[in-house]
Amino acid sequence: MHKIYTSINQIVGDVIAVDAEDVGNTELAEVTTRRGTSLAQVIRLDGNKAFLQVFAGSRGISTGDRVRFLGHPMRIATGDLLLGRVFNGSGRPLDNGPDLSENLVDIGGPPVNPVKRIIPNKMIRTGIPMIDVFNSLVESQKLPIFSIAGEPYNELLARIGTQAEVDIIILGGMGLKYDDYLFFRDTLEEHGALSHSIVFMHTAADPVVECLLVPDISLAVAENFALEGKRVLVLLTDMSNFCDALKEIAITMQQIPSNRGYPGDLYSLLASRYEKAVDFETAGSITILAVTTMPGDDVTHPIPDNTGYITEGQFYLKNGAIEPFGSLSRLKQLVNAKTRDDHRTIMDTMIQLFADYRETQEKQSMGFQMSAWDMKLLKYGQLFEEKMMSLKVNIPLEKALDLGWEILHDCFLPEETGIKRSIIDQYWPKKL
Amino acid sequence: MTALSSGRIVRINGNMVTVTFDTPVMQNEVAYIRHGQERLKSEVIRIRGNLAEMQVYEATTGLKIGEEVEFTGELLSIELGPGMLGQIYDGLQNPLPEIAEQCGFFLQRGVYIKALSESKTWDFTPEKKPGDSVRAGDKIGYVEEKIFRHFCMVPFTLTGNYEIISIENAGRFTIRQAVAQIMDQNGKIYPVFLSQTWPVKIPIQAYTERLKPEEPLVTKMRLIDSLFPVSRGGTYCIPGPFGAGKTVLQQLISRHAEVDIVIIAACGERAGEIVETLRTFPSIIDPRTSRPLSDRTVIICNTSSMPVAARESSVYTAVTIAEYYRQMGLHVLLLADSTSRWAQAMREMSGRLEEIPGEEAFPAYLESRIASFYERAGLVRLHDGSLGSVTIGGAVSPAGGNFEEPVTQATLKVVGAFLGLSRSRSDARRYPAIDPLISWSKYRSIIEEGQRERGQGILLKGNDIAQMMKVVGEEGTSLQDYMDFLKAEFFDFVYLQQNAFDPVDEATVKERQIYIFDFIHRIIESEFVFERKDEALHFFQQLRQLFRGWNSISWQSDEFKKTEQEIRAFLLVRTREGKHA
Ligand SMILES: Nc1ncnc2c1ncn2[C@@H]1O[C@H](COP(=O)(O)OP(=O)(O)OP(=O)(O)O)[C@@H](O)[C@H]1O
Ligand SMILES: [Mg+2]
Repeated sequence: MHKIYTSINQIVGDVIAVDAEDVGNTELAEVTTRRGTSLAQVIRLDGNKAFLQVFAGSRGISTGDRVRFLGHPMRIATGDLLLGRVFNGSGRPLDNGPDLSENLVDIGGPPVNPVKRIIPNKMIRTGIPMIDVFNSLVESQKLPIFSIAGEPYNELLARIGTQAEVDIIILGGMGLKYDDYLFFRDTLEEHGALSHSIVFMHTAADPVVECLLVPDISLAVAENFALEGKRVLVLLTDMSNFCDALKEIAITMQQIPSNRGYPGDLYSLLASRYEKAVDFETAGSITILAVTTMPGDDVTHPIPDNTGYITEGQFYLKNGAIEPFGSLSRLKQLVNAKTRDDHRTIMDTMIQLFADYRETQEKQSMGFQMSAWDMKLLKYGQLFEEKMMSLKVNIPLEKALDLGWEILHDCFLPEETGIKRSIIDQYWPKKL
Repeated sequence: MTALSSGRIVRINGNMVTVTFDTPVMQNEVAYIRHGQERLKSEVIRIRGNLAEMQVYEATTGLKIGEEVEFTGELLSIELGPGMLGQIYDGLQNPLPEIAEQCGFFLQRGVYIKALSESKTWDFTPEKKPGDSVRAGDKIGYVEEKIFRHFCMVPFTLTGNYEIISIENAGRFTIRQAVAQIMDQNGKIYPVFLSQTWPVKIPIQAYTERLKPEEPLVTKMRLIDSLFPVSRGGTYCIPGPFGAGKTVLQQLISRHAEVDIVIIAACGERAGEIVETLRTFPSIIDPRTSRPLSDRTVIICNTSSMPVAARESSVYTAVTIAEYYRQMGLHVLLLADSTSRWAQAMREMSGRLEEIPGEEAFPAYLESRIASFYERAGLVRLHDGSLGSVTIGGAVSPAGGNFEEPVTQATLKVVGAFLGLSRSRSDARRYPAIDPLISWSKYRSIIEEGQRERGQGILLKGNDIAQMMKVVGEEGTSLQDYMDFLKAEFFDFVYLQQNAFDPVDEATVKERQIYIFDFIHRIIESEFVFERKDEALHFFQQLRQLFRGWNSISWQSDEFKKTEQEIRAFLLVRTREGKHA
């Protein structure tokens, strides 16, 4: 039987303080108010004073309300029963299904021992040439999509999710618009993926603090499946909302901000989530794809900046396409040597020529003379944008490589591409 | 022995715990928090009245007010002895493979395992005899550890002179068996073991003198050795925005640098990167020793999701191990990636202590901590006259890629070489993305000074002309200027840039660097005859292609000489009066 305390003596922001004894750090409690019951978590202990972060927010809490400590940290049910279900940020059902309490695990569990990880080696195919050819996605990679409001980042996320060959998809929504949630649900359903998906949903209308739990819950469930040998893909959108929630709590707790109001431990807080991505030595894997919207399209803003320092590259979504520059998959070299032996050649050559095209474009806009070479580059760049970069394109890697050769053939003489003779002999299209 | 003191928790804030105590407590003393069956390691970082504030090296989940804390009377220390080479330790020197054996996939808090095997025996050979006089750091014998003579040394903690009373004959010993007894002037006797403990935050200084680092440390990275060199016993830093290539560069250096031992401190960065090192090093054969790289490497890893407080101890543990091997007369290279994560850990703790924050909320003592860390590098002459060195190279991860931030600035004040990576070079895939326009080094290059200056000069000039050309276009640039621009680009492409994925190009030995630099120097000095710019451009494009091919051919092979002749012939055609050859 857990003790109940009624002496709430401080309410600041979404944090309350209550006099209590025998409380553990990060322990969970239930706060019962006139509006109902909310979960809350201990975030600091000072003598007999316990500070709690209230998931449903502090609005309507009265100093006389009851706080009941549960004797354990935040937990989440795991296992197959979750498949096809939808929950909120605290793990309560949002569909009409039953509340689950099977195989409870603590969220935010300990880190994986580095010696138990293996070097990732399996490519995840997406059908998107800008990813498969130029920045291959690798199983167990952690990769954000850097973007700005208005760009189709959720569409891209859903598309990769539904096309990737994985066993389980977990979607963690943070501050999502309800329409976006419906979009995700419908897309998963259309592709028959709903039955092996789990959704943890925090919408823009839900209390801010609840948003903080979404990555941890999603990843704890993912980890449990991965340990059973499953390949799990975790989609998180939008991590910038998560960071802003962290900022809000930090300010409430009067922490000294380090950079534009964000707490100094933002890096560690993000890293402990992203580092859950893993390829286990003798079990499954977790791959994390996350959306990070960049305030003001500024990549040096603390959110994308700290994210970039943690993740293994990023896809930069701009003007409706994945930008070749600024996008990077740091793990691509682990897989693109064994796909097809022209893969790296096409990747390097096409990007170099595209860089030249961008320079020519700049020269053109400044009114400088266009040489014959410049004209070739302009033709090439347009074909590249239309046939490779456009997100409408959906073809397997091998088709995309063939298409690459065709574009090069349409625009250049073989020697102008700088490609080695031996590869040209093998791959340069013979047609006229 | 006096009874050790204990205390009780009164406050918990993240990984900082405040404890009341009533018997004496020492600053930086190690203490264990008792939580049920668990004992969690922590360190006293501030004492006020009868309250000690401690950083906990573990997650503090579940800890309660009133729980007991045992003080140990010891500073945070590690054990130094044979068996460290090839090991993978966490920031507190727990061996991670052994932890995995015991705990499985996950790290379990409160599990601490001895750093060195207590049961393994080592072949000891004595080098001193009874009656010999010794002092701290003196070698009394050795065991074979991998390819090195691992010396057994008089404990560094002892001061003054000692006499050897007895020493074991050659034979097998564990680190727990004394191999000698020594006596001080007052007749007090001390045992000497194959291992000893040392507090990590204090430098080991059992040597005669510190010398100026003058001998180049060849990394086989051309841009570094030729233009921005590092010396044995010196220090350098690699600041750069995310994804610019700091880690790849440090990994290349860890494989190719001409040193005896490499200590890798993975501090607050990705676990995946250290996995690459620990999985590949056992199968990469070091050409100098014909042994796996792992035989001369120690990895200290506190990756970004491991406890934050141990980031600090990971860099100190690493540098202490480096100093220990230096005491044996070895050249040691310590690579830390990234020192910014350690600085951030300091910032987190400072915030919890509610200290007055400095710039970007870093504590006021940031600079002095960074300075005293790099000060532990150095070339030293040992008591027996031999030389040993610790070279430190630290990656720095500036917020927003802006080098004006406090950690980069504090580091630049103390290091001997600055290898600044720039986003524009990494975006253009010009690897290694060390920006020659901003980098500098105080050390001596392997390249003759006049040539080196000329090389750097042409880069500056080429850049100026490139900037101009953006405004006035190619058509507004003189042929002379355009030639200089092409020469600078050529130098950049075939010399500064190095292909990390090409088995030959990834590492260039010193002799080859000197030879090629001289060759390129003469190209830079040559006058070429061209009518038009596109002719010149085409010529240099072809030359670049030839040269890049040359870069992937083994040094001094027949093919190397053949290609050289080809390049010389190609140059002759266009050089005024065949001046180059
Ligand atoms: N010398 C190189 N040759 C080829 N590719 C490189 C080289 N250096 C870096 N890269 C590319 O850049 C990517 C990022 O490099 P790296 O991980 O070293 O960056 P970093 O500066 O350490 O970034 P962070 O601060 O985020 O850790 C690599 O995965 C690789 O694709
Ligand atoms: Mg790095």
